[in-house]
Formats: sequence, C-alpha cells, structure tokens
Amino acid sequence: MTVDTDGVNAVDQMEKGPQKTAFFNNPKIRSSVIQVLLIGILIYGVWSLISNTAANLSAQSKSFGFGFLDNASGFDVSQSLIEYSRASSFWTVYQVGLLNTLLVAITGIILATLVGFSIGIARLSSNWIVSRAAYWYVEALRNIPLLLWIFIFYFGVLRLLPSKREPLGTSLDGALGYLSIGGWIAPKPVAGDMLWLTGLAVLFGIVASFIVSSWAKKRQMRTGQQFPTLYVILGLIIGLPAALFIVTGLPLSFEYPEIGRFGARGGMPVLPEFIALLTALSIYTSAFIAEIVRAGILAINKGQTEASHALGLRPGPTLNLVIIPQALRVIIPPLTNQFLNLTKNSSLAVAIAYPELVSIFAGTALNQSGREVEIIMITMATYLTLSLLTSTFMNWYNNRMALIER
Amino acid sequence: MKAKLLSAAFGAALSVTAVNASAATLDDVKSKGFIQCGVSQGLPGFSQPDSSGNWSGLDVDVCRAVAAAVFGDAGKVKYTPLSAKERFTALSSGEIDILSRNTTWTATRDTQLGLNFAGVNYYDGQGFMVRKELGVSSALELSGASVCTQTGTTTEINATDYFTVNKMEYELVAFEKNDEVVAAYDSGRCEVLTSDASQLYSLRLKLTDPNVHVVLPEIISKEPLGPVVRQGDDQWFNIVRWSFSAMVNAEELGVTSENVDEMKKSENPGIKRLLGVEGNFGEGLGIPNEWAYNIVKHVGNYGESFDKHVGPETSLGIARGVNALWSKGGVMYAPPIR
Amino acid sequence: MANGFVRKEMLAQMPAPAGTKGPLHWLKTNLFSTPLNSAATLVALYALYCIVPPFIDFALISAVWSGESREACATIKQGGIKPDGWFGACWPYVGANLKLFIYGRYPVDELWRVNIVYIMFAISALGLLIPTLPFKRQNVFFMFGIFPVVAFILLTGGHLELNGFLIAVFFMEPSYSAFWIDFAVTTLFFAAIAYLLAKGTDSDPIPNLRAVFGVAIILVAVLLAVSAPLGLEHVETEVWGGLLVTLVIAVTGIVASLPIGILLALGRRSNMPIVKLICVIFIEFWRGVPLITVLFMSSVMLPLFLPEGVDFDKLLRALIGVALFSSAYMAEVIRGGIQALPKGQYEGAMALGLNYRQMMQMVILPQALKLVIPGIVNTFIGLFKDTTLVLIIGLFDFLGQIQSSYSDPTWASPVQSMTGYLFAALVYWFFCFSMARYSMYMERRLDTGHRS
Repeated sequence: MTVDTDGVNAVDQMEKGPQKTAFFNNPKIRSSVIQVLLIGILIYGVWSLISNTAANLSAQSKSFGFGFLDNASGFDVSQSLIEYSRASSFWTVYQVGLLNTLLVAITGIILATLVGFSIGIARLSSNWIVSRAAYWYVEALRNIPLLLWIFIFYFGVLRLLPSKREPLGTSLDGALGYLSIGGWIAPKPVAGDMLWLTGLAVLFGIVASFIVSSWAKKRQMRTGQQFPTLYVILGLIIGLPAALFIVTGLPLSFEYPEIGRFGARGGMPVLPEFIALLTALSIYTSAFIAEIVRAGILAINKGQTEASHALGLRPGPTLNLVIIPQALRVIIPPLTNQFLNLTKNSSLAVAIAYPELVSIFAGTALNQSGREVEIIMITMATYLTLSLLTSTFMNWYNNRMALIER
Repeated sequence: MKAKLLSAAFGAALSVTAVNASAATLDDVKSKGFIQCGVSQGLPGFSQPDSSGNWSGLDVDVCRAVAAAVFGDAGKVKYTPLSAKERFTALSSGEIDILSRNTTWTATRDTQLGLNFAGVNYYDGQGFMVRKELGVSSALELSGASVCTQTGTTTEINATDYFTVNKMEYELVAFEKNDEVVAAYDSGRCEVLTSDASQLYSLRLKLTDPNVHVVLPEIISKEPLGPVVRQGDDQWFNIVRWSFSAMVNAEELGVTSENVDEMKKSENPGIKRLLGVEGNFGEGLGIPNEWAYNIVKHVGNYGESFDKHVGPETSLGIARGVNALWSKGGVMYAPPIR
Repeated sequence: MANGFVRKEMLAQMPAPAGTKGPLHWLKTNLFSTPLNSAATLVALYALYCIVPPFIDFALISAVWSGESREACATIKQGGIKPDGWFGACWPYVGANLKLFIYGRYPVDELWRVNIVYIMFAISALGLLIPTLPFKRQNVFFMFGIFPVVAFILLTGGHLELNGFLIAVFFMEPSYSAFWIDFAVTTLFFAAIAYLLAKGTDSDPIPNLRAVFGVAIILVAVLLAVSAPLGLEHVETEVWGGLLVTLVIAVTGIVASLPIGILLALGRRSNMPIVKLICVIFIEFWRGVPLITVLFMSSVMLPLFLPEGVDFDKLLRALIGVALFSSAYMAEVIRGGIQALPKGQYEGAMALGLNYRQMMQMVILPQALKLVIPGIVNTFIGLFKDTTLVLIIGLFDFLGQIQSSYSDPTWASPVQSMTGYLFAALVYWFFCFSMARYSMYMERRLDTGHRS
C-alpha cells in the first residue's frame, strides 16, 4: 500500500492550525481596506480637483457662481420657440436651447420610429426586392458616422435646392409655402376666436376614449360581448372636434409667405439646419430601430403564430393579440435607448449652426460670458436628467411588462 | 508635450499638486526654448499655414517678433490653431503664451476674462459682404436678409445690435468655424456675410468665385485687434507690448530689415536706443539688449510686415488706411523707446 | 381473356407546368404574390430608381478621373472645361490630397514610422480576429502591452524628458537622474507600506512585495523605452491628421476602455457597496452625457482642473475624454456577458476552492468575454464612428482633414465637397461594414446552441 503523502501533510497542517494567508486573501479585511482606500482617493481627488479649479479661476480673477444667468446675452438666435431678443438673459438662452433640443429630438423620435418600424417589417417581408432594399438601407445608413450624414445633408443635399429668390412652390403660389436653400417657409397657422372650443373637444375626446375603452374591456371580460371601441374612439377624437370646428365657422386661417427681395418672407420659417439635422438624425436612428424591430419579431417563436392560428384567430388578431404584445417586450428597452441616443446625438447640431442646447448655450453663451465651469455643469446636468428620467421610465415599463412566472 | 507629458500624466492620475511651481511666462518660455502662439485656424494674410505647415501673416509676425526679442531667433515659435471659442480658455489655461489671433480688444475681455491686451496691431471695423447681383449698395437695405457669421465673436453681438438699432428684420446664422461660414454663404444659405472688414477680404479669397461679391461701405464697429497675454504677469506683458511697439517705432524711424545693420551706425539717438546701441532697455525687460535689433532684422518693421501679408501688393489688397502711422494720417502710434 | 389495361411502364416525366418555375414563377411568388406585395415591389423599385442611378452617375459615369486642378472639375460657367449642367465626382482632387487624408501633415521623411505602425497593427489585429490562427495569448499581450508603447515611440519620436515622479518633486530639482532616484524611493515606499500592512494583519508579506515590485519593473521597462534617446525626430501631434488621428483615437479608446471596462463591470457586480456605488455613478454619468460635451469639457475645462503648470497635449486631452466615455459603454457590454453566465459557473468555481481573483480570471471572464466579442466589436464600430466628433473641437481626424481641404483653392469647385464627403462615406462604410460582418460571423461561430 502506498502512503497518501498528501493526506498525511494535510493532517499535519490541521494540527498546526490554519496556514497563514496573505492579508489580502482575507475577504473581510480586504474589502474594508479597499473601500476605505477608495474613499480616501476619491475624497482627495475631488478635493484637489476643486482646489485646482478654484486656484486656476482666482488666478484669472474669475469667480464661481450662477448670478451671470440673469445678465443680458446680447446675441440673437435664429430659431426660438419662446419670446427671445438680444436683451434676454442667459437663462432664457438656456431655455431656448433646451426647447430647440426637445423640438428636434421629439420630431426626430416620431419620424425615426415610423420609418424604423416600416423598414424593420420590410426586412422580414417575403417580397425579395423589398427585403433586399430594406437590408441595404440599414447597412448603408448605420455604417456611416452620423456627423458625416449631417454634413452630407446640410452641405450636400440641401445645397441642391434652388436659391432663395427662385424657390420651389411658386407654381402653387405659396399655398404650401416655399422651399429653397433658405429652408421651408411654411404657411403660418393663425388661430381664430373660437379655436379653443375645438381644442377642448380634442381633450374631451381623449379622456372619453379612455373611459369608453376601459368600460368596453370590462364588459367583454364579463359578458364576452365585443364593443366597436375603435369606431367610437375615432368618432370621439376626430369626429367631434371636426364637427365643432365646422360649426364654429372654421376658426383657423393661414398667413402665406410672399417672395420678397431676399426670398420668401412672412409665414413660418423652418430652418434648413433643422431640416438637415432632423433628416440625418431620424434616418440614421431609423436604421438601428429597424434592426431592433426585426430582432424583436424574430424573437417570437413561430409556434406562437401557429398556436394562435390553431385557436382560430385570424392573422389580424394574431398579430395584435399574440405577436405584438410579446415582441414589444423585447423591443421597448433597446428602443428607449435609441430614443435617448437620438436626443444626445442632437448635440451634433453644433457643427451646422442649429441653435440647440450645446450649440447656443454651451457654445455661444459660454463664449460670451466666459463661464466655462458653470455652463458645462448645467449642460451636463440637463442631459443627465433627461437620461435618468428615461431609464426610470424604462425600469418602470420593464417591471410592468415582465413576465410573471408562475 | 515632450517636456511635461509624463509628469503631467502622473500628476493628473494621482492629482499631485504643483508639478512645477507657477513660473513666470518668460522663464517658462526660456526653459522650453520656444513660444507657444495661439493663432487662427487659417485666415489668409493674418495667420495661415502653407502646405508644409509653416505659418505666416500679420498676426504671426507678432509672435515671431517676440521670439526674436527673447531668443534672437524668429523661428522659435510653435503655433496652436484655435477657434474663436477656444482661444481665451487656451490662453488662460496656459496652453499658449500669446494669443495673436485677430482678437478684438473690449472692456469685458480685458476686465472679466483674466486677460491683458498688449497693444493693437490692426485697427479694424466690422463690415458686410453681399453678392453683387442683389444690387445692394448700403447695409441699411439688408432688412429681411439672412446673415452668416462666426459664433463666439464680437461680430455676432455687433450684428445683433446694428440690425436691432436700425429696426431691420434679419436672421442670424452663427457657425462654429470660419470655413463653415464661408461654405454656407457661398452656397446661398445667407445673403450677407459679416465679419471684420479685413477678414472679409481674406474670406472672399476662399469663395468659389470671389469676383461676384462686394464688400459694402458701412463699417459698423470699432475692432482694435491685438495680441493678448494672461493677466498678472507684467514682465511678459511688457515684452509683448514692447516687441510690437519696436516694430512700429522702427517703421517710424525708417529702420527696415534691409538697412538695420547700417542703421546701427546711425547718429539718430532714437535709432540708437531702439537698436540697443545706447541704453539698457533689454535689461529692464529681462531679455537681450539687441532685442529690437533682432526683431527688425528677422521680422521687419510694421510697415514691411503689413505690405508683405495684407498690403495692396498681396492678393488681399488692403490699403493702409487707418493703419498708417500717425504721422501719415493713420492712428498707428507707438510709445517711444526712451 | 379479359385483357384489362395495365400500364407496363412509367409515364415519362413531364416538365413542370409553366408558371411554377423559371424567372417568371420566381417573380410571381417573390414579388407579385398579392396586390399589396405588387404595390410594395413597385414602391421599392421606384425608390431604388430615385437613388441608385443618380448615385452611380455621380460617382462613376459623370465623374472626372484625371486632372491637375479645379478646371477639370468645374463647368465652363464656373471657369472650367465641363459643359454647363454637369454634375459628377471629382476624383483627382481626392488623389491629389490622399496623402493628406491618410497622414495629415506628418513630415514626409518620417512617414515610414506611421507605415510601420499601420502594418504592425494590421498584422496583430488580423492575428487576433481570425479564430483559427495560433498564439492568441501572446498576441493579446503584444496588442495591449507592447504595441501601444512601440506605437507611441514611433509616432511621437519617444525620448521623453522625465523629470519628476511622485514624491521628490517637493524637494528636488527636476532632472533625469532625480527622476530615477525618485522612482526608486517611491517604489520602496510602496513596498514598505505593503510589507507593514502584511505584518500588521499577521499574514505572509511575500505576495504583496512581489506585486509591488512586479508593477515597478513593468513601469521601469516602459519608462526606459519611452525616454531612451533613439534618435527619432520628434513629431508634434499638431501635424498628425487624417486617418492616422482617427485610428489613434479609436484604437487608444478600445485598448484603454477594455481593461477599465472590465474593472468597472466587476466593480458594478461587486459586493462592496461603496465600490459598487462609485462604479454605477461613473458608468451612468458617462453614458448619460453626449460625447460632444465630454470633448468640450476635455478640451476647454481639463486645463482648469489641473494644477497650474501642467498642460496636456490637445490630442491627449481628446484621448482621455474618449477613453473614459467608451469605457463606460464597454463596462455595460462586459457586465452583460458576466450576467449571462449561469450561476452554476460561480458555484462550481467556488466549490473548487478558487478565490475571487482566480475565479474571475480562470472561469468567469474567459467565458464572459468570449460571449461579448460581438458586443465589443459593435462598441468599437460605434467608437470608430464617434471619432468624427473630434473635428468639432478642432482636431483633424479623417473627416476633419477632408473638410479642411475644402479651403484649398486649387480644387475649389461646387462638386468638391460632395466628392470629399462621398469618399469619406465610402471609407467609413468599408471599415464599419467589414467589422459588422465580422461581428455577425463571430456571433454565429460562438453560438453553441445552448440558448433556447
């Protein structure tokens, strides 16, 4: 019989007591040492950062504070959704920039979602040419940097439009506005006296629709009877306001632009910078959304379709009641991420002079006031807030939609 | 980068304060052996690199003059191209030693940004450029036009003021870079390009067809352009101020880069003081006594520099105008070296 | 005899009915199966008709292929030789500026250095990316350890002046020898701390000392390499440009973000509350802000954060910004991989008696990293596209260099910018598309079919 030497050693070891281990192999000591060290380094880092900044600022005889936000900005911006003039404060500049960011982000998100869903579904089409075209659409768009797309649209494609003095749209006499290198000068809607009634009706319609649909659902659960919810809702949201709009005597007119010395005047100008940025942002993002949608639909097992067909559901309800609810669960989280990306990417507008947050606040205002630290802090905090709000929403949605496994 | 990169990397990573105590700019410049000069990103006549990266221009000559004064060698300058937006931060952070980038001297900049203007090397004013085919002869006819300009400049503010005061409608499109302004104007996005008049001539050269554009007669602002240094270093400030003044004084005294060696033998006490034959002006500045001689010898006097880079013989073709010496009807006036 | 009809031989095979095979059938089933489908086909065809022919016409048919200056690419009205109304790409302009686009203003005599770096990178990257090639481990070591140092020396010229390390700056005149004395003192200082800590906690000091001296030796090797006077001419980063800057930023971003990302991912999964909190804040902060503000901050504000007298190269500042930004994204990708591993892997590793480091190094990370290779490649694609943003802070990357060439009057013509952008788009597309295909290939290859 051979002696199990290892065993003997192990026995020896046990008698001697536990072997000394290196201190960093003791998990408790290690973790507290690491954490204390980290806190120390962090505090020292933050402290030296602040003291360096303070020293540098005082060496340049600058102070730190947000009082400058009340000072008049002195410059003008090309697009503003709120009252703005050169006498407005830097705080107003911030608001103008933020609103312009939100404007391009929200319209971009709507467009990108519409295009993205269509392309994503087209990718899965049995129609060879449609699916191929959708494939190349996605591959062409997402493999070229967004900034290059913005340049291509702004300095390339838009430049192919006619000059301001001979814009497109003259044949219609400006009924649809004028399109030229100076942008789209659209007819400006002017609200009449009684327009608020129509607006009120829309609000009423929306609220009523919610009530009707929840009532209809309850009734169906109870009695199994279906209610033509869709038609009622359409009637409430579109029919009622439309009727009221006509009854009150069409209280909406348009102010049409006219061709002046420097191109179209009056009306509602849509900046070419806005058009270029919006186009680039939405088609670029739509390529990513298309891929998300495709993956989401593919993730649903084919058996789901077959099973619902076997249950006697027609293709329409199959899609509505079985496939889409499940696919959405996969699609929504990455989709929200894309929305957030689009919002952050709108900051690239700084390259083409669209007056959004980074461009006029972190750009022009920073320069005219010389308050780098404060302005960059505010800008970053704004984007962080947007992104935290989005992820909070996403977590809420995920929890709501999560499969409850029994 | 060579000198400090590594210590800087460690310094940043571990936040160790004070890698080298805040030295006076002159000592710093002497120890690294060159002057870091902030210039534009390319403005013909003022600061523009050629295809092999050598910078030249009226603004560049100020930096070269300081290098000649400090080192006796006008070539000991390194250039940092800066956008209008970055320029002051670059200076106050110490990235550059002098900012010589067609920068307007204003009260705000002088008092609130921790900067000092060391003089004026070009008296400018803001103007407008339009296409000839518009048939506009005065800036007052521009109501309703789109105006392209560069962001972060006094130009942006002046244009706003001008159009508001004259109760004209306008649309201001402000770009980050001059090249973008030119591209936008060239394509017809804007009817008007506004900038300092000198720049308009310079930018016009970048247009597809420079001949179909015209600079309007109105000058709507005062734009004294000059070199800038950090506040709180009087010695360096003096060196820059007097390096430039020496160029103007040299022109006034008729000293040029051609005749400077002969002029050393001149009997004129003013010239003697300028060229360091008499007096110890270099000592007071902390630089060699031949400082002004070196400037004139290697860079030339102000007139030479002007003619070479922006004058009537160049493609810019700017007349001396208000930038002529005070004795010739202009406002270029340097304090005497005495 | 009833002679019923019985067929004796099989009927000869008949061709399939017309309309179930051949191009017509294919057209019918694939393109025109339903009215809706037919409409979709027509819409798609029309869209292609609107985009493809004009594109080909601009890029190939009407394009100019040779010429010396702008005359070749301008219409008569614009002072050139082309007929009025002509619109096509101006390829000789790209040819004339190609060197600028690839190297920026890097000195012509020193271009061989850039080329060596390009070649080294290409060989090493291919070795890493092609799964069947051997020496993966050595290659990773080369790519992440040796290559950055060599590339740094070749591109900048090396020969850094070292003049102060950590401690001695307070009481010594900066010089090369002072640096090494300082370095030795610092190393001993850390070694002493490690030793005392081990003694204080009543444990074996050897591994601690080994770790400290190991790090010190690696640092010595790197420092000696970058400070050695190799006689290479110093090249300022101001003259770097074009593809060189794009690749430097993208590759530094990925090389730096991988280790930082792994640490952050582990930190986020850590049991230590403070470590976890710091990592979460760090990751969410960088992921929440747009890259352009990060670049603004690194270019405008970083100097303010640093002690007076410390200044950073402009490119280095952008690199720091990009590296921090991408490491946050990388951390999330890697965390995905770590989370995807079944719990049994952890339990198995712990059952074997492995400690945390061993478990991560030998069991978890190899599997997790392999899982997320496609994700890493996708992050890299994103990073590669995002490098274009540095042009906004005044660096000349590939796109920035192309844009800056528009102000050169030699080739000024209305088609110049379109040609430049088209060229840029083709190059970016080529890089990104091939990487994306690679990532898909790896995804298929790594899909072991365990997932349902």
